[in-house]
Amino acid sequence: MAQLTRTATARRRRSRPPVRFVNRPPRSGGGRLARLRRYRVPLLMLVPGLLFYCLYYYLPIFGNVIAFQDYLPFVGIRHSAFNGLDNFRILFESSEFWYSLVNTLEITALQLIFFFPAPIILALLLNSLLSNRLRRIIQSIIYIPHFMSWVVVVILFQQIFGGAGLIPQALRTHGVSNPIDVMTNPAFFKPLVTAQVIWKDTGWGTIIFFAAITSIDVALYESAAMDGANGFQRMWHVTLPGIIPITILLLILRIGTILSVGFEQILLQEPAVGAKAGQVLDTYVYFHGIVDGNWSVGAAAGLVKGAVGLALVMLSNWIAHRLGEAGLYS
Amino acid sequence: MVATNVEVRPPDSRNYAPLWMRNRSKLVSVIKATVLTITLVVILFPVINVILISLMTRTDLLKYSGSLDLLPKHLTLAAYHTIFSGGIVIRAMIVSVSITLIGTFLSLAVSSLLAYGLSVDGLPGRRSLLLFILITFLFTPGIIPLFLTVKGTGLMDTYASLIIPTMLSTFNVIVLRSFFMNIPREVLDSANCDGAGYGKIFLYIVLPLSKPVLAVMGLFYAVGYWDAFFNALLYLNDSSKWPIQLVLQQYVISNSTLPQSIASLSQSVSVQAPEQSVQMAVVVIATVPILIVYPFLQRYFVHGVLTGAVKG
Repeated sequence: MAQLTRTATARRRRSRPPVRFVNRPPRSGGGRLARLRRYRVPLLMLVPGLLFYCLYYYLPIFGNVIAFQDYLPFVGIRHSAFNGLDNFRILFESSEFWYSLVNTLEITALQLIFFFPAPIILALLLNSLLSNRLRRIIQSIIYIPHFMSWVVVVILFQQIFGGAGLIPQALRTHGVSNPIDVMTNPAFFKPLVTAQVIWKDTGWGTIIFFAAITSIDVALYESAAMDGANGFQRMWHVTLPGIIPITILLLILRIGTILSVGFEQILLQEPAVGAKAGQVLDTYVYFHGIVDGNWSVGAAAGLVKGAVGLALVMLSNWIAHRLGEAGLYS
Repeated sequence: MVATNVEVRPPDSRNYAPLWMRNRSKLVSVIKATVLTITLVVILFPVINVILISLMTRTDLLKYSGSLDLLPKHLTLAAYHTIFSGGIVIRAMIVSVSITLIGTFLSLAVSSLLAYGLSVDGLPGRRSLLLFILITFLFTPGIIPLFLTVKGTGLMDTYASLIIPTMLSTFNVIVLRSFFMNIPREVLDSANCDGAGYGKIFLYIVLPLSKPVLAVMGLFYAVGYWDAFFNALLYLNDSSKWPIQLVLQQYVISNSTLPQSIASLSQSVSVQAPEQSVQMAVVVIATVPILIVYPFLQRYFVHGVLTGAVKG
């Protein structure tokens, strides 16, 4: 009986004709058109979404042709003259592009070193708490910053570290004549940006690691304890190996976005420290391309970034597969 | 009930801990408590600081950071009075709230329609359609072509420019789809037996069963709309249409005076609030809506994030 039901379900799974079509004419008579007709409702449901992707994803992709043109807004894409790879030559010869690239990579490196491990450490710490209620309270507090806008986060930092902020003011009244304004000092820009990311997203990042930790079999801890492992040894030999797969996966996925560092965050603060210290690829495209009106060179920079990103995503996905992970698309 | 796996609670403790975790060293506990306390202070202090500044009187504000006596003597709502007596902040809040509500509704509607359609078995061309949207993970078109597209489709200087170009997140669509695909087949089939077509199954079976994931996706979309300032900077030249985040950016970070600035407005109000307090009051007002919805949705977070991480 059980066997029978299972095969019946299996058959239904393979092809699932709606029941009211059970008495439909044989398939050969229907063909493609009949199939489209049968699925017209779900197909219609797709229309708004697909329209969105056509208009605001695929159309802009083709809009990238202006990277190969001398694009003039009042002439339009169709009538602007093609100039081959001139824009890319201009781009690669400009020092602004290169220091933007270097800044981007430096910030990415700082984030990988200081931000990436932060949620793991915090999740381990949370996991070691005995009181569930205390843990839940802490969790609901540390998730909050993730939901604040970058505008608000930057203002929160300004009010503490900025020239008129709490710390410099306190220093001033306690005899320090000219305290450093961390928010406008180019030397501090990259650590500052990293600190902001840590402040905003460490708590949120713990969710995924914490879930990985709680899915570790308790029996492992028990047997480790039986063998005389102390708390630290249990963390080192049970917890950490348990979260290594998800850590590797997240690290690999991060490779695909090496050239993307918080666009809004940096756009907000770059004017305070100048382009040399603060400009990254995305803000280069914005300031150079849109604000200064070098549309084609900006588009070329965006295209370079997109192409490198594509290569990196595919590379990271390939690595993920080699390591036996599911990967981004599979 | 066979008592093979009964967890014996120690009578003196309300919190159950496995036996091997009972003898914990004092030193380690102290270190952990210190680190956690510092973490919480670091997270909360900037927020409390801003709230306090927004409530201060002019004299308290001058003494505030000097005395290191952080609690001000007199709290006043003057700054909030200034803001709520009208002007650009109120208008910006109305814009932001409307954009967030309408945008979230549209995003959820279009995402779930798309996700459901792509989860229907036997749909002609399902694989290629899925690929069609998955490609967005691989390649981003770039800011400039998107800007030109928005301009070309006539959205410049309209509120629609804050919603339509960012309406769908592929990540959210994929999460929704994987959730829909996990709804037991038998439920859908029995609805079909009772005569429900795809439309009815979607409305009366799939959507009600997906409330938790819809709540999380709705929150993600809403936060996206609420927090965004760059779209408005890019697409809206008319400052009377600006949402609250852009007003904040212009007014507090860039410190530029707005066309209909709050400063000129405050002269008409009898109680003069210090400029800094007014600024911080705007920050508080711009953050409160998220903090209001947050507790209701918190229990769904883990679910939403994990579905995305594992199935995305």
